[in-house]
Amino acid sequence: MSELRGVVVSHAAVAQALVAAVTAITGIEGALTPISNEGCGTEALGERLREAVGSGPAVLFVDLPGGSCFTSSARYAKKGGADIAVVTGVNLAMLLDFVFNRDIPPAEAARRAVDAGGKAIRVTSS
Amino acid sequence: MTLALYRIDDRLIHGQVVVGWGQPLDVSFIVLVDDEVSSSDWEQDLYRMGVPPQIEVIFASVEKAAELLPGWESDARVGILLVGDIDTAVALAGRVPQVRRFNVGGVHHRTGRKERLRFVYLTDDEAAKLRQLAARGIEVTAQDVPTARAVPVGEFT
Repeated sequence: MSELRGVVVSHAAVAQALVAAVTAITGIEGALTPISNEGCGTEALGERLREAVGSGPAVLFVDLPGGSCFTSSARYAKKGGADIAVVTGVNLAMLLDFVFNRDIPPAEAARRAVDAGGKAIRVTSS
Repeated sequence: MTLALYRIDDRLIHGQVVVGWGQPLDVSFIVLVDDEVSSSDWEQDLYRMGVPPQIEVIFASVEKAAELLPGWESDARVGILLVGDIDTAVALAGRVPQVRRFNVGGVHHRTGRKERLRFVYLTDDEAAKLRQLAARGIEVTAQDVPTARAVPVGEFT
């Protein structure tokens, strides 16, 4: 199986910042591609996704479970022709886990990401 | 209340609409007028996911919207009406005289379009259609978020 590609899709510069943080922490480069919706309509965002995903397989990590980043990603996953899973609510913890676990199918990687990302969200009280 | 915003935005339902405009207007319903989306349950599910459960989302074709718009205008709640392109706006305004204003909120780059504002790209034909709407007495302005200036149609077409 070819190694999974991760694409982080976000508003403004969130995706670039997350990908830079993953590289800073792990030293791994090239596993994640950031995409911003800045200045994009649906068509242009779809084109950015096509360039980033290539022939797949891939997991798309989207910032919000709704909105232009999400609708374009979900539409691309359905119609883009590659094996793609979409995860919403991207955070740094799920991306850190993902870059070390890319030898599994997209759907499994997506479930794993949701688990890793969810575990990182907690309330810490003194 | 009424439909507080008639918006042309090729992203349809997204953050600027739901949060940027929806919060300050205290919106209770969003009407998405689009022939393609109104005939696709899957697309409707996608757009619903971006909207909090307390806000009703109504999907309508242009034809259906023309029929139901007077009711939305007299609804006691505040609503937003969205179309995805200028042709849909023109079609709706041509059928319903109650359409008196359009906010151009996002029409993005595509082959043949020129940049008019940071968030508005238009072909010459689209610009002419907006001017024609204005000539019929419809207020046409461009404004992406409520805190920005509403740019009159004459300044960007």
